[in-house]
Amino acid sequence: MIVDKTVVEQLKEIMGQGAVLHSPEDLAVYSYDSTFAEHRPDVVVLPSTTEQVSRVVALAAQERVPVVTRGMASGLTAASVPFSGGIALLMTRMNRLLEIDEQNATARVEAGIVTADLQAEVEKRGLFYPPDPSSIRHSTIGGNIACNAGGPRCLKYGVTGDYVLGLTVVLADGRVLRTGGKLIKDVVGYDLTALFTGSEGTLGVITEALLRLTAKPRFARTALVEFSSLADASRTVNAILSAGIVPATLELMDETAVACIEEAMHLGLPLDVEAILLVETDGTDEGAVLREIEAAAQLCRESGARQIRVAKDETERSNLWKARRSVSPSLARKAPNKLGEDITVPRSAIPEAVRRLKAISAKYGLPIVIFGHAGDGNLHPNILFDKRDPVQWAKIEPMVSDIFDTSLQLGGTLSGEHGVGTLKRPYMERALGPVSIEMQKRIKQVLDPFNILNPGKVFPD
Amino acid sequence: MVFQSNGICKPSENEYLNCIRCGLCLAVCPTYREYLNETASPRARVALARKGLEGELELSPNLIEQMYGCFACMACNDICPVGIHPANLALEMRYVQEQLHPAAWKKTFFQGLIPKPVRMELATLPLRFYEMFGVRRMVYALGIRRLMPAQLRDMEAMLPHLPQRPLRHVLSEVTPPLRMREGRAGARVGFFLGCAQSLMFADESAATVRVLARNGCTVITPKQATCCGMPATGYGRQDLVQDQARHNIALFERARVEAIVADCATCGSTLKEYGHLLAGDPEWAGRAAAFSKKVQDVSEFLMEIPLEKPRAHMNIRVTYHDPCHLRRGQGVWKQPRALLKMIDGLEFVELPESDWCCGSAGSQLITHYETSLKVMARKMDNVEATGAQFIASGCPGCQMQLNVGVRRRGLAVQVVHPVMLLDQAYNDKRGK
Repeated sequence: MIVDKTVVEQLKEIMGQGAVLHSPEDLAVYSYDSTFAEHRPDVVVLPSTTEQVSRVVALAAQERVPVVTRGMASGLTAASVPFSGGIALLMTRMNRLLEIDEQNATARVEAGIVTADLQAEVEKRGLFYPPDPSSIRHSTIGGNIACNAGGPRCLKYGVTGDYVLGLTVVLADGRVLRTGGKLIKDVVGYDLTALFTGSEGTLGVITEALLRLTAKPRFARTALVEFSSLADASRTVNAILSAGIVPATLELMDETAVACIEEAMHLGLPLDVEAILLVETDGTDEGAVLREIEAAAQLCRESGARQIRVAKDETERSNLWKARRSVSPSLARKAPNKLGEDITVPRSAIPEAVRRLKAISAKYGLPIVIFGHAGDGNLHPNILFDKRDPVQWAKIEPMVSDIFDTSLQLGGTLSGEHGVGTLKRPYMERALGPVSIEMQKRIKQVLDPFNILNPGKVFPD
Repeated sequence: MVFQSNGICKPSENEYLNCIRCGLCLAVCPTYREYLNETASPRARVALARKGLEGELELSPNLIEQMYGCFACMACNDICPVGIHPANLALEMRYVQEQLHPAAWKKTFFQGLIPKPVRMELATLPLRFYEMFGVRRMVYALGIRRLMPAQLRDMEAMLPHLPQRPLRHVLSEVTPPLRMREGRAGARVGFFLGCAQSLMFADESAATVRVLARNGCTVITPKQATCCGMPATGYGRQDLVQDQARHNIALFERARVEAIVADCATCGSTLKEYGHLLAGDPEWAGRAAAFSKKVQDVSEFLMEIPLEKPRAHMNIRVTYHDPCHLRRGQGVWKQPRALLKMIDGLEFVELPESDWCCGSAGSQLITHYETSLKVMARKMDNVEATGAQFIASGCPGCQMQLNVGVRRRGLAVQVVHPVMLLDQAYNDKRGK
């Protein structure tokens, strides 16, 4: 235990009673995220203001105690697991929507607001916050920014980072930094907003964000396209994109993914396909949206699609998306454990990536389920296994290593939207090379000289 | 639940080992959404159950308290992509605790009092006196209610207009049909008169029986029916429920009925589980399954028979709250809405988040007062937004909770059972 009693007392002084937790039960449930990794913090604090965060971090700096920021812990890389103990800083109670500026199309929010709640609020005013990680209902904006989360719609609309105009960040010594503004263009100084976006809690604690909004598309059409061949499906992705159609989303699911969803949700999905593409077009002109989906459907037919179904109404459409969002968790029905990666390759390499992933699966004799945001080259190969079987468990590391090598060989990267956390640290050097790693470590050194902010994450030691 | 070698009945391993901690349940859990603290979430309850059962944590009072903190609304069961049931696990953990350290009062209460109708009627006599001799009217008229401590005032507000006599003594064992009907409508139907319905919501169950008889049913109301068993389950005494189940099954077998109708969502959902509960008992498994197959919520039953359309024109605005034990416990949500929409002039307004827990969960307003009020506030915001004059909901627990909510906010909203409105429409003489 690195946090002693006097520090806990001081924390209670800053936070007030009820916002500092340290019963064995509380610590046990703040020991995990959505991976299998676990480590307990020494104390949990639930701040309500940036000032409280600032005082907590200042105290931590003085006492050299680690601070691990946590939202709703839906992360898939153990980035919010406090492996060094210390303070778990829970941001969920800083969940106010501070301002919606309709003229400038911006929203100012506290970091702990649930992404779906923010979306619902802005959509009431005809505005739109596009990033849509599968965890929109159980993740926070702060977490989304800290991991630069993606999602299906990123194909057309870009990732979380593309919507962050400014941040309020508590630095490692407790000082408060404000970056950016309600500006579309701003080239004064280094882009610190971008630096903290995707920093996984290692450079500062994001407490507020200024977000860019767009106009809400008024029409959307979603098509479910069935393929008898996974290779055909993955070739179709490029056929659509090369034809100049920019769908809002272009999602790929292989047969196992489809079977898992069907088992969990009973939507009447076909079980004899090898792959499904979920294509959605959206926009403000209904005619254009329809023409685009029809053009995409025609290209699907030409590439060997077996059947194409366009969602009749909003219920059918929302069911399809509910299904897509539940793919990853519903895989747990197939095997006791799963390990999901999120490699990204240039989209021209998708068919080859899919082929090589299947080859890796065959080589090791463990299933790899493939689904993901094929349109932007971001694939989620999920290895299904049983950790209790030592033979299977021993295959996992070499399989992951092969998956990453495949991605890097094809000009891709380790992660498109989940981040690095602890799980991808061993592969960082392979992906980025020594010069980049050294530069990044030096940035970390400048911003967090005592290494108290989420220590042991992102970079190899 | 599975039996372990040491004779302790524990939750099945799969219910906690299969949790992948995805966090989907956080989005729908009423207690998590109020506190935004992991400890109050289904995912945490599963983790704590696992750590407690595997010995990593002690089964401490604080750990068990987290299991009692669950409102058992089952929203987590529904959303779980893996198919585990965190809400059931929380209930089963309460049972584990009672097997290891039984609380003496629970045996007295859930074996000696709750399942004995005569004793329950005696125990609730003061409540009826309170209503009957005008004390309640005085408490309101003289403003005494405002002098009560807040929690007592809220408990007072839970009470509906109480019957002079328990309905059990008013209803006859056999209610003949008002008119003859062919087929299912002319069936011999058993009515399961629940404790809360008989003792507190007697008007509603009287309406249920009238509506059934009007539509051609011969209604058999066995007077010796005992508590369905849900209260004991809620407090960790699952073991006591089996006897109650056997008693009720035998009773309704003797009544030779084709269907068993309940107008209490909680009773209905529990009765439907008897088959599952007694599946391991060779003598009773088949009988219990046959019993459960016959059980239907009153709205479910009514919407399956050719129901007489009321002739009255009501001219009211009504919304509907889904009781957890009806929507998720029984998968019944279309029928009560359809039933209400049959009434001419009734403007039906859908309640936003209609299936979000109201915060009652049986007795959480008493045992978890602060949390219960928080959960209720969300419900009442939604009720206010509808501008409805009536909120219909076929569950005495929900109705008591909604009564408190309405009185706390001073809203002019009446809380009713959907069947009450149908019954009123049948008997409204102003009609067209």
